[in-house]
Amino acid sequence: MGQAMSEGVLQAKLWYAQRISAMVLGLCVAIHLAIIFYAIRGGLTAQEILGRTQGNVLFAIFYEIFVLACFVHAPIGMANILQETFPKSSVARPIAWILALLILILGTTAVVGVFTGGQI
Amino acid sequence: MSNSDLKVKVWRGSQEGEFVEYLVPRNPNQTVLDVVTYIQRKLDPTLSYRFACRVGMCGSCAMTVNGVARWTCRTHVSKIVEGDSLEIAPLNNLPVIKDLATDMREFFNKWKGAVGFFKGDKTRHDDFTKVQPNSEERQLADAGIECIGCGVCYASCEVVQSRPNYLGPAALNRAWTLTNDVRDVQQLERMQAVAGDAGCHACHSQGSCTEFCPKAIEPTASIAGLKKLVARAAVRGSKWGKL
Repeated sequence: MGQAMSEGVLQAKLWYAQRISAMVLGLCVAIHLAIIFYAIRGGLTAQEILGRTQGNVLFAIFYEIFVLACFVHAPIGMANILQETFPKSSVARPIAWILALLILILGTTAVVGVFTGGQI
Repeated sequence: MSNSDLKVKVWRGSQEGEFVEYLVPRNPNQTVLDVVTYIQRKLDPTLSYRFACRVGMCGSCAMTVNGVARWTCRTHVSKIVEGDSLEIAPLNNLPVIKDLATDMREFFNKWKGAVGFFKGDKTRHDDFTKVQPNSEERQLADAGIECIGCGVCYASCEVVQSRPNYLGPAALNRAWTLTNDVRDVQQLERMQAVAGDAGCHACHSQGSCTEFCPKAIEPTASIAGLKKLVARAAVRGSKWGKL
Protein backbone atom coordinates (compact mmCIF):
# COMPACT_ATOMS: atom_id res chain seq x y z
CA MET A 1 0.00 0.00 0.00
CA GLY A 2 1.27 3.41 -0.95
CA GLN A 3 -0.05 6.64 0.42
CA ALA A 4 -3.80 6.93 0.87
CA MET A 5 -5.68 7.67 -2.32
CA SER A 6 -6.67 11.31 -2.55
CA GLU A 7 -10.35 12.13 -2.37
CA GLY A 8 -10.26 13.56 -5.90
CA VAL A 9 -8.74 10.43 -7.39
CA LEU A 10 -11.32 8.25 -5.61
CA GLN A 11 -14.10 10.41 -7.04
CA ALA A 12 -12.57 10.23 -10.51
CA LYS A 13 -12.60 6.42 -10.23
CA LEU A 14 -16.20 6.42 -9.03
CA TRP A 15 -17.14 8.66 -11.97
CA TYR A 16 -15.48 6.17 -14.31
CA ALA A 17 -17.27 3.24 -12.68
CA GLN A 18 -20.57 5.07 -13.02
CA ARG A 19 -19.91 5.82 -16.68
CA ILE A 20 -19.03 2.22 -17.53
CA SER A 21 -22.01 0.87 -15.56
CA ALA A 22 -24.24 3.36 -17.40
CA MET A 23 -23.13 1.82 -20.70
CA VAL A 24 -23.94 -1.67 -19.40
CA LEU A 25 -27.30 -0.42 -18.08
CA GLY A 26 -28.15 1.20 -21.41
CA LEU A 27 -27.76 -2.16 -23.11
CA CYS A 28 -29.53 -4.09 -20.34
CA VAL A 29 -32.52 -1.72 -20.27
CA ALA A 30 -32.89 -1.97 -24.05
CA ILE A 31 -32.88 -5.80 -23.93
CA HIS A 32 -35.16 -5.76 -20.87
CA LEU A 33 -37.70 -3.52 -22.67
CA ALA A 34 -37.58 -5.67 -25.81
CA ILE A 35 -38.31 -8.77 -23.71
CA ILE A 36 -41.21 -6.96 -21.98
CA PHE A 37 -42.75 -5.99 -25.34
CA TYR A 38 -42.35 -9.58 -26.51
CA ALA A 39 -43.65 -11.08 -23.27
CA ILE A 40 -46.84 -9.04 -22.86
CA ARG A 41 -48.30 -10.09 -26.20
CA GLY A 42 -51.49 -11.94 -25.31
CA GLY A 43 -51.42 -11.16 -21.60
CA LEU A 44 -48.92 -11.78 -18.85
CA THR A 45 -48.99 -14.50 -16.20
CA ALA A 46 -46.56 -15.62 -13.53
CA GLN A 47 -46.62 -19.09 -15.11
CA GLU A 48 -45.47 -17.68 -18.42
CA ILE A 49 -42.65 -15.72 -16.85
CA LEU A 50 -41.39 -18.59 -14.77
CA GLY A 51 -41.72 -20.82 -17.80
CA ARG A 52 -39.14 -18.66 -19.54
CA THR A 53 -36.83 -18.01 -16.63
CA GLN A 54 -36.86 -21.17 -14.54
CA GLY A 55 -33.66 -23.09 -15.04
CA ASN A 56 -32.58 -20.69 -17.80
CA VAL A 57 -28.92 -19.91 -17.09
CA LEU A 58 -28.68 -17.21 -19.77
CA PHE A 59 -31.63 -15.32 -18.28
CA ALA A 60 -30.10 -15.59 -14.81
CA ILE A 61 -26.69 -14.36 -15.98
CA PHE A 62 -28.26 -11.48 -17.92
CA TYR A 63 -30.33 -10.27 -14.96
CA GLU A 64 -27.47 -10.69 -12.50
CA ILE A 65 -25.34 -8.45 -14.75
CA PHE A 66 -28.26 -5.99 -14.72
CA VAL A 67 -28.33 -6.12 -10.91
CA LEU A 68 -24.55 -5.64 -10.65
CA ALA A 69 -24.67 -2.62 -12.98
CA CYS A 70 -27.43 -1.07 -10.81
CA PHE A 71 -25.39 -1.92 -7.70
CA VAL A 72 -22.51 0.16 -9.08
CA HIS A 73 -24.45 2.93 -10.82
CA ALA A 74 -27.29 4.01 -8.54
CA PRO A 75 -25.46 4.42 -5.20
CA ILE A 76 -22.73 6.60 -6.77
CA GLY A 77 -25.38 8.92 -8.21
CA MET A 78 -27.33 8.89 -4.94
CA ALA A 79 -24.18 9.78 -2.99
CA ASN A 80 -23.49 12.69 -5.35
CA ILE A 81 -27.02 14.05 -5.02
CA LEU A 82 -26.97 13.73 -1.23
CA GLN A 83 -23.54 15.33 -1.01
CA GLU A 84 -24.68 18.31 -3.06
CA THR A 85 -28.05 18.66 -1.32
CA PHE A 86 -26.71 18.30 2.21
CA PRO A 87 -23.08 19.40 1.94
CA LYS A 88 -22.59 19.76 5.68
CA SER A 89 -23.88 16.36 6.71
CA SER A 90 -22.04 13.09 6.31
CA VAL A 91 -25.06 10.97 5.37
CA ALA A 92 -24.10 10.50 1.71
CA ARG A 93 -21.71 7.56 2.07
CA PRO A 94 -23.68 5.50 4.64
CA ILE A 95 -26.95 5.90 2.70
CA ALA A 96 -25.20 5.07 -0.58
CA TRP A 97 -23.77 1.90 0.97
CA ILE A 98 -27.16 0.87 2.36
CA LEU A 99 -28.72 1.43 -1.06
CA ALA A 100 -25.92 -0.54 -2.73
CA LEU A 101 -26.37 -3.52 -0.40
CA LEU A 102 -30.17 -3.42 -0.78
CA ILE A 103 -29.90 -3.44 -4.57
CA LEU A 104 -27.37 -6.26 -4.50
CA ILE A 105 -29.25 -8.45 -2.01
CA LEU A 106 -32.82 -7.83 -3.20
CA GLY A 107 -31.78 -7.95 -6.86
CA THR A 108 -29.85 -11.18 -6.49
CA THR A 109 -32.67 -12.71 -4.45
CA ALA A 110 -35.07 -11.86 -7.28
CA VAL A 111 -32.77 -13.38 -9.89
CA VAL A 112 -32.38 -16.57 -7.81
CA GLY A 113 -36.17 -16.56 -7.30
CA VAL A 114 -37.10 -16.55 -10.98
CA PHE A 115 -34.28 -18.98 -11.82
CA THR A 116 -35.32 -21.59 -9.25
CA GLY A 117 -39.02 -20.77 -9.34
CA GLY A 118 -38.93 -20.08 -5.62
CA GLN A 119 -38.04 -23.63 -4.71
CA ILE A 120 -35.14 -23.01 -2.33
CA MET B 1 -37.21 63.73 -18.28
CA SER B 2 -37.77 62.77 -21.90
CA ASN B 3 -39.87 59.80 -22.88
CA SER B 4 -36.86 58.05 -24.23
CA ASP B 5 -34.97 58.00 -20.94
CA LEU B 6 -33.86 54.63 -19.66
CA LYS B 7 -34.95 53.61 -16.19
CA VAL B 8 -31.85 52.01 -14.78
CA LYS B 9 -31.88 50.21 -11.44
CA VAL B 10 -28.38 49.87 -10.07
CA TRP B 11 -27.28 47.86 -7.04
CA ARG B 12 -25.89 50.16 -4.33
CA GLY B 13 -24.19 48.81 -1.23
CA SER B 14 -22.15 45.70 -0.63
CA GLN B 15 -23.54 42.29 0.31
CA GLU B 16 -26.41 44.23 1.91
CA GLY B 17 -27.85 46.99 -0.19
CA GLU B 18 -30.65 48.01 -2.50
CA PHE B 19 -31.42 48.93 -6.08
CA VAL B 20 -31.48 52.68 -6.79
CA GLU B 21 -33.17 53.98 -9.92
CA TYR B 22 -31.49 56.48 -12.25
CA LEU B 23 -32.79 58.05 -15.44
CA VAL B 24 -30.28 57.93 -18.27
CA PRO B 25 -30.77 59.45 -21.74
CA ARG B 26 -30.79 56.93 -24.56
CA ASN B 27 -28.22 57.14 -27.32
CA PRO B 28 -27.81 55.15 -30.49
CA ASN B 29 -25.35 52.25 -30.11
CA GLN B 30 -25.20 52.82 -26.36
CA THR B 31 -23.59 50.01 -24.36
CA VAL B 32 -24.44 49.03 -20.79
CA LEU B 33 -21.00 50.26 -19.76
CA ASP B 34 -21.85 53.65 -21.31
CA VAL B 35 -24.95 53.75 -19.12
CA VAL B 36 -23.00 52.96 -15.95
CA THR B 37 -20.33 55.50 -16.87
CA TYR B 38 -23.01 58.16 -17.49
CA ILE B 39 -24.47 57.56 -14.04
CA GLN B 40 -21.09 57.89 -12.36
CA ARG B 41 -19.98 60.98 -14.31
CA LYS B 42 -23.26 62.90 -14.39
CA LEU B 43 -25.56 61.64 -11.65
CA ASP B 44 -23.70 60.06 -8.74
CA PRO B 45 -19.90 60.09 -8.55
CA THR B 46 -19.94 57.69 -5.59
CA LEU B 47 -20.95 54.75 -7.82
CA SER B 48 -18.21 52.10 -7.91
CA TYR B 49 -17.65 49.79 -10.85
CA ARG B 50 -14.75 48.29 -12.73
CA PHE B 51 -13.64 48.58 -16.34
CA ALA B 52 -10.49 49.10 -18.32
CA CYS B 53 -10.26 48.48 -22.06
CA ARG B 54 -13.88 49.13 -23.22
CA VAL B 55 -13.36 46.86 -26.21
CA GLY B 56 -13.85 43.31 -24.91
CA MET B 57 -10.25 42.40 -24.21
CA CYS B 58 -9.55 42.90 -20.53
CA GLY B 59 -12.43 41.06 -18.87
CA SER B 60 -12.99 43.55 -16.05
CA CYS B 61 -16.44 45.03 -16.75
CA ALA B 62 -18.71 41.98 -16.37
CA MET B 63 -21.94 42.61 -14.42
CA THR B 64 -25.37 41.08 -14.07
CA VAL B 65 -27.66 42.90 -16.49
CA ASN B 66 -31.36 42.10 -16.42
CA GLY B 67 -30.55 38.93 -14.52
CA VAL B 68 -27.86 37.62 -16.86
CA ALA B 69 -24.08 37.92 -16.48
CA ARG B 70 -22.61 39.84 -19.43
CA TRP B 71 -19.58 41.84 -20.53
CA THR B 72 -21.07 45.33 -20.33
CA CYS B 73 -18.67 47.06 -22.75
CA ARG B 74 -19.86 45.00 -25.69
CA THR B 75 -23.51 44.62 -24.72
CA HIS B 76 -25.72 47.07 -26.58
CA VAL B 77 -28.61 48.40 -24.53
CA SER B 78 -30.95 48.01 -27.50
CA LYS B 79 -30.31 44.23 -27.61
CA ILE B 80 -31.30 43.52 -24.01
CA VAL B 81 -33.48 46.37 -22.75
CA GLU B 82 -36.87 45.27 -21.42
CA GLY B 83 -39.28 48.07 -22.29
CA ASP B 84 -37.30 51.03 -21.02
CA SER B 85 -35.77 49.28 -18.00
CA LEU B 86 -32.37 47.96 -17.15
CA GLU B 87 -31.35 46.30 -13.90
CA ILE B 88 -27.62 46.27 -13.27
CA ALA B 89 -26.16 44.24 -10.41
CA PRO B 90 -22.72 42.88 -9.53
CA LEU B 91 -21.73 39.39 -10.70
CA ASN B 92 -23.25 36.45 -8.81
CA ASN B 93 -21.22 33.92 -6.82
CA LEU B 94 -18.62 36.50 -5.79
CA PRO B 95 -18.50 38.71 -2.68
CA VAL B 96 -19.52 42.28 -3.43
CA ILE B 97 -16.98 44.93 -2.41
CA LYS B 98 -19.14 47.94 -3.25
CA ASP B 99 -21.93 48.59 -5.76
CA LEU B 100 -20.98 46.83 -9.00
CA ALA B 101 -17.44 45.82 -8.05
CA THR B 102 -16.95 42.25 -6.84
CA ASP B 103 -14.01 40.70 -5.05
CA MET B 104 -12.52 38.40 -7.69
CA ARG B 105 -9.69 37.00 -5.56
CA GLU B 106 -11.34 33.64 -5.06
CA PHE B 107 -12.06 33.35 -8.77
CA PHE B 108 -8.40 33.83 -9.64
CA ASN B 109 -7.12 31.78 -6.71
CA LYS B 110 -9.10 28.88 -8.13
CA TRP B 111 -7.18 29.20 -11.41
CA LYS B 112 -4.04 28.74 -9.35
CA GLY B 113 -5.74 25.87 -7.50
CA ALA B 114 -6.42 24.14 -10.82
CA VAL B 115 -2.71 24.52 -11.71
CA GLY B 116 -3.92 26.92 -14.38
CA PHE B 117 -0.49 28.32 -15.14
CA PHE B 118 2.28 27.27 -17.50
CA LYS B 119 5.55 25.72 -16.47
CA GLY B 120 8.08 24.46 -18.98
CA ASP B 121 11.51 22.88 -18.65
CA LYS B 122 13.32 24.72 -21.45
CA THR B 123 15.70 27.62 -21.03
CA ARG B 124 16.58 30.48 -23.34
CA HIS B 125 19.48 28.38 -24.62
CA ASP B 126 17.18 25.65 -25.94
CA ASP B 127 15.57 25.71 -29.34
CA PHE B 128 11.87 26.56 -29.66
CA THR B 129 9.44 23.70 -29.30
CA LYS B 130 7.72 23.14 -32.62
CA VAL B 131 3.97 22.67 -32.21
CA GLN B 132 2.13 21.96 -35.45
CA PRO B 133 -0.89 24.27 -35.79
CA ASN B 134 -3.05 21.39 -36.99
CA SER B 135 -1.97 18.89 -34.31
CA GLU B 136 -4.81 17.58 -32.14
CA GLU B 137 -3.41 19.08 -28.94
CA ARG B 138 -2.92 22.50 -30.50
CA GLN B 139 -6.48 22.47 -31.87
CA LEU B 140 -7.93 21.48 -28.49
CA ALA B 141 -5.92 24.18 -26.71
CA ASP B 142 -6.96 26.76 -29.32
CA ALA B 143 -10.64 26.06 -28.65
CA GLY B 144 -10.35 27.41 -25.10
CA ILE B 145 -7.41 29.78 -25.26
CA GLU B 146 -9.22 33.08 -25.84
CA CYS B 147 -10.59 33.35 -22.29
CA ILE B 148 -10.33 36.91 -20.97
CA GLY B 149 -11.08 35.97 -17.35
CA CYS B 150 -14.22 38.09 -17.07
CA GLY B 151 -15.96 35.72 -14.63
CA VAL B 152 -19.25 35.53 -16.56
CA CYS B 153 -19.13 31.71 -16.64
CA TYR B 154 -18.30 31.55 -12.94
CA ALA B 155 -21.21 33.85 -12.09
CA SER B 156 -23.61 31.84 -14.27
CA CYS B 157 -22.64 28.39 -12.95
CA GLU B 158 -25.19 26.56 -10.78
CA VAL B 159 -22.55 24.23 -9.38
CA VAL B 160 -20.38 27.14 -8.18
CA GLN B 161 -23.48 28.41 -6.40
CA SER B 162 -24.12 25.12 -4.59
CA ARG B 163 -20.51 24.01 -4.00
CA PRO B 164 -18.34 26.91 -2.86
CA ASN B 165 -15.13 24.89 -3.25
CA TYR B 166 -15.84 23.98 -6.90
CA LEU B 167 -13.04 25.31 -9.10
CA GLY B 168 -15.48 26.58 -11.72
CA PRO B 169 -15.62 26.68 -15.51
CA ALA B 170 -12.93 29.30 -16.19
CA ALA B 171 -10.24 27.61 -14.08
CA LEU B 172 -11.06 24.19 -15.49
CA ASN B 173 -11.10 25.52 -19.05
CA ARG B 174 -7.65 26.97 -18.44
CA ALA B 175 -6.48 23.65 -16.99
CA TRP B 176 -7.74 21.89 -20.12
CA THR B 177 -5.84 24.22 -22.49
CA LEU B 178 -2.66 23.56 -20.47
CA THR B 179 -3.34 19.83 -20.47
CA ASN B 180 -3.08 20.12 -24.24
CA ASP B 181 0.08 22.22 -24.11
CA VAL B 182 2.82 19.74 -25.04
CA ARG B 183 5.50 21.94 -23.45
CA ASP B 184 3.98 21.97 -19.97
CA VAL B 185 5.58 19.76 -17.30
CA GLN B 186 2.95 19.80 -14.52
CA GLN B 187 0.45 17.40 -16.06
CA LEU B 188 0.15 14.88 -13.21
CA GLU B 189 -0.04 17.62 -10.62
CA ARG B 190 -2.75 19.36 -12.65
CA MET B 191 -4.81 16.19 -13.06
CA GLN B 192 -4.63 15.63 -9.28
CA ALA B 193 -5.80 19.19 -8.72
CA VAL B 194 -8.81 19.02 -11.03
CA ALA B 195 -9.98 15.48 -10.11
CA GLY B 196 -13.13 14.88 -8.15
CA ASP B 197 -15.89 16.90 -6.57
CA ALA B 198 -14.02 20.16 -6.16
CA GLY B 199 -12.97 19.83 -9.78
CA CYS B 200 -14.23 18.62 -13.11
CA HIS B 201 -16.33 15.69 -11.86
CA ALA B 202 -18.74 18.01 -10.07
CA CYS B 203 -19.86 19.60 -13.37
CA HIS B 204 -23.49 18.82 -14.23
CA SER B 205 -22.95 19.63 -17.92
CA GLN B 206 -25.82 22.07 -17.69
CA GLY B 207 -23.95 24.38 -20.04
CA SER B 208 -24.68 27.83 -18.59
CA CYS B 209 -20.99 28.72 -18.89
CA THR B 210 -21.03 27.86 -22.57
CA GLU B 211 -24.30 29.68 -23.15
CA PHE B 212 -23.17 32.95 -21.58
CA CYS B 213 -19.44 33.05 -22.40
CA PRO B 214 -18.98 36.30 -24.33
CA LYS B 215 -16.01 34.84 -26.18
CA ALA B 216 -18.06 31.83 -27.34
CA ILE B 217 -15.73 29.41 -25.58
CA GLU B 218 -17.22 26.08 -24.49
CA PRO B 219 -16.00 25.38 -20.96
CA THR B 220 -18.53 22.51 -20.79
CA ALA B 221 -16.59 20.74 -23.55
CA SER B 222 -13.26 21.47 -21.85
CA ILE B 223 -14.57 20.06 -18.57
CA ALA B 224 -15.89 16.97 -20.34
CA GLY B 225 -12.41 16.50 -21.81
CA LEU B 226 -10.88 16.77 -18.34
CA LYS B 227 -13.41 14.33 -16.85
CA LYS B 228 -12.51 11.63 -19.34
CA LEU B 229 -8.77 12.25 -19.24
CA VAL B 230 -8.55 12.39 -15.43
CA ALA B 231 -10.79 9.38 -14.80
CA ARG B 232 -8.80 7.31 -17.29
CA ALA B 233 -5.57 8.45 -15.67
CA ALA B 234 -6.92 7.33 -12.29
CA VAL B 235 -8.05 3.92 -13.48
CA ARG B 236 -5.75 2.97 -16.33
CA GLY B 237 -3.00 5.58 -16.28
CA SER B 238 -2.05 8.20 -18.83
CA LYS B 239 0.95 9.09 -20.98
CA TRP B 240 2.24 11.10 -18.01
CA GLY B 241 1.72 8.29 -15.49
CA LYS B 242 -1.01 7.07 -13.13
CA LEU B 243 -2.85 9.17 -10.57
